[in-house]
Amino acid sequence: RKQKDNDTASLSTPSSPDALPAAAASPRAPPARASRRVASPGPATARAAPMGRGGARDGAAAAPPWHSLPDEVLEHAFSFLPAAADRGAAAAVCHGWLGAERRSRRRLAVANCYAAAPRDAVDRFPSVRAAEVKGKPHFADFGLVPPAWGAEAAPWVAAAADGWPLLEELSFKRMVVTDECLEMIASSFRNFQVLRLVSCEGFSTAGLAAITEGCRNLRELDLQENYIEDCSSHWLSYFPESFTSLETLNFSCLEGEVNFAVLERLVSRCRNLKTLKLNNAIPLDKVASLLRKAPQLVELGTGKFSAEYHSDLFAKLEAAFAGCKSLRRLSGAWDAVPDYLPAFYCVCEGLTSLNLSYATVRGPELIKFISRCKNLQQLWVMDLIEDHGLAVVAGSCSKLQELRVFPSDPFGAGQVLLTERGLVDVSASCPMLESVLYFCGQMTNEALITIAKNRPNFTCFRLCILEPRTPDYVTRESLDAGFSAIVESCKGLRRLSVSGLLTDLVFKSIGANGNCLEMLSIAFAGNSDLGLHYILSGCKTLKKLEIRDCPFGNKPLLANAAKLETMRSLWMSSCSLTLGACRQLAEKMPRLTVEIMNDPGRTCPVESLPDDSPVETLYVYRTIAGPRSDTPDYVQIV
Amino acid sequence: MAGLGFEETELRLGLPGGSNEAEEAAAAVRSSGKRGYAETIDLVLKLEPASAAAPPSEDDEEVADGVAEAQPSPAAADGQLKRSPSQCSVVTAAQPDADPEKPRAPKAQAVGWPPVRSFRRNMLAATAERGGAALVKVSMDGAPYLRKVDMGTYKSYQELSKALEKMFSSFTIGNDCSQAQGMTGMNESKLVDLLNGSDYVPTYEDKDGDWMLVGDVPWEMFVASCKRLRIMKGSEAIGLAPRAMEKCKSRS
Repeated sequence: RKQKDNDTASLSTPSSPDALPAAAASPRAPPARASRRVASPGPATARAAPMGRGGARDGAAAAPPWHSLPDEVLEHAFSFLPAAADRGAAAAVCHGWLGAERRSRRRLAVANCYAAAPRDAVDRFPSVRAAEVKGKPHFADFGLVPPAWGAEAAPWVAAAADGWPLLEELSFKRMVVTDECLEMIASSFRNFQVLRLVSCEGFSTAGLAAITEGCRNLRELDLQENYIEDCSSHWLSYFPESFTSLETLNFSCLEGEVNFAVLERLVSRCRNLKTLKLNNAIPLDKVASLLRKAPQLVELGTGKFSAEYHSDLFAKLEAAFAGCKSLRRLSGAWDAVPDYLPAFYCVCEGLTSLNLSYATVRGPELIKFISRCKNLQQLWVMDLIEDHGLAVVAGSCSKLQELRVFPSDPFGAGQVLLTERGLVDVSASCPMLESVLYFCGQMTNEALITIAKNRPNFTCFRLCILEPRTPDYVTRESLDAGFSAIVESCKGLRRLSVSGLLTDLVFKSIGANGNCLEMLSIAFAGNSDLGLHYILSGCKTLKKLEIRDCPFGNKPLLANAAKLETMRSLWMSSCSLTLGACRQLAEKMPRLTVEIMNDPGRTCPVESLPDDSPVETLYVYRTIAGPRSDTPDYVQIV
Repeated sequence: MAGLGFEETELRLGLPGGSNEAEEAAAAVRSSGKRGYAETIDLVLKLEPASAAAPPSEDDEEVADGVAEAQPSPAAADGQLKRSPSQCSVVTAAQPDADPEKPRAPKAQAVGWPPVRSFRRNMLAATAERGGAALVKVSMDGAPYLRKVDMGTYKSYQELSKALEKMFSSFTIGNDCSQAQGMTGMNESKLVDLLNGSDYVPTYEDKDGDWMLVGDVPWEMFVASCKRLRIMKGSEAIGLAPRAMEKCKSRS
């Protein structure tokens, strides 16, 4: 199963096997620079044979210089290609470039932790300084993946500790990170600087203490939306008094208290601190005092506060904010105390990013506040802003690039707070708007068509109508026409989420027009297999496809099996798949892992089941590592 | 579909939701999506007793431990600190084929829908929970500042009334220039009269923003809908006061 050598040149781009001869070195062999040079063919046959290197030194006067550039030159050239896709393309040119690129690569992004084995990744890219690994499928965020599914960070940390002693940055998303992992990170990398954990679980404040104590050069500790067990360990206190290198500290997702005096001292002595995101345990008056100590802050998250209005506290806050001339990004989970918003007025003009998506503030004060943020590029709010609030945003924030509107009451009585009007207004008046996430109660085709016409520059359009299968509320038709208009108009669309009542026709449109589409999310849509077939046979650049509750069956899956290898992953839950098709798929495509999820708590070997057994959840992804060995009982690899 | 034959004993991979494609396509407005997981997952994750549409009951015992371990936490703020993000905090509808005519009072939701991150869902749930037993502002006309009370700490109107009296006693003791007319010679019984008397009417603002008289609805309902309290001066509660007096007196 290990076809690594003919496969992906980099872990995140598709393979181009024709360009490369079979590699001589096995994955475990030490980087054999010297031996390669000796083995390179003579310059006279350079054109036909694999490209050699160091040709000039071998006396190859006839060969043009670019055929035989020394490694150092290649690596230097590649250092100007930071983007992984570009590096992958360069590596696919020829064997020599493959070697030079992989040895000099500094940043590695592993979008699916099971796409490759950690040790292979470390061996292939020995000079990596910054690594990012993502684990669980996206729908795990919404509770569709039961616990203990996998995506453990431990093997990656262990491999990194072995092979990347100079590692500086590590980022994990949707993975299980244990305290042991954190301890290993703290003790294995002497120059460790950046730790970013997003939507992870499995660790506690004790693990954090290991980091703060052990990482003497730490610059960033960024914890976003993780589930952290509170062991009451004073992790913050473990930063030594001599430690001053912190630039980013984000502990907004932590539930417990932190020692405020320690925090204050830390903030005082870290003069390079640019980002500080507090948790909800820090009250408002303490925020003011921290700001006075760190007026150089660029990003502030205030955590959650709910304070009664006191004029002296207001004055304190106002004065503190007035001192923060560099503040550009503001967030916080404010608990409906509009009286304090004017204290922030002095920073509004400078703000480029405002995240009020956890703030239950509503009403005129909120709108007045946002309307003063004339330079806003990124705005995240709750639907409490309502249509008229968005109309004001449309008029005030002409530089807006990204808008996300979250539901304040997703499971509630269905009181429609936000309609299509808000989005229409913003799309009409914000010429730079390119990314939208919008939860609303109703939509029309006309609105979507208008939006599409206004904003052909969308790169990300995610619309979630709260009630599944909701039609156009005026015409009662499906929303096919609306979403078709979006994909037809927005030629650069990379990410799309559809909702509402949709037939197969919309997928025909998406398949035909989604030429840049990389990620597509579908729920409660379509009529038949055709829908899926349109997608899989179109959408040339599709990387991630996630589908739930759609009547898509086996035929389109099998008919487009080859397509799946050009994609990173496919998720299908509550569709019309059967076991037999999954077996066929697995057999046909050896470089895919075909995972099936069953009821947690009930185990039965899948081998004994007949082909026509229905499959509830299918998760398919390409991999060069073969089937994983850490599946829980309820996951079976076909 | 042969899947039916295996329901009783074998591993159930679940009936896919798309077995009624024709129906789904035809239905223009079908506020469904209540189906949630397949029936088998419903067994494991549902928090309500099995409904009519649930699969054979002999599975219920076997599934008991499955239920125990997969039990999601409803609104995560019931004191459960450890929340795994992979546990659904949404109640699964156990009635996929519910009668469409029957009014669906408790809104059943599909698992993981709408697509809101577990982290955010839990935050919202915690806020809502706190909102139910929230710190509520209490204002009394004429008082120089407001107070806050935690509605969750009281069990009845009586208790609330007592607490409010304690809180606002300082405004009414010997305060000639306050609007506490008729409050001469302060003592305990006068305080009791504070709320029951004709000069002050306790009102509250409900979820819809309307100002309501305190005491009309059962206590629990009141707590759930009360956003703030205002002890209104009798002279302002025109038309309200006489009725209020009646109600207050009958309530003691």
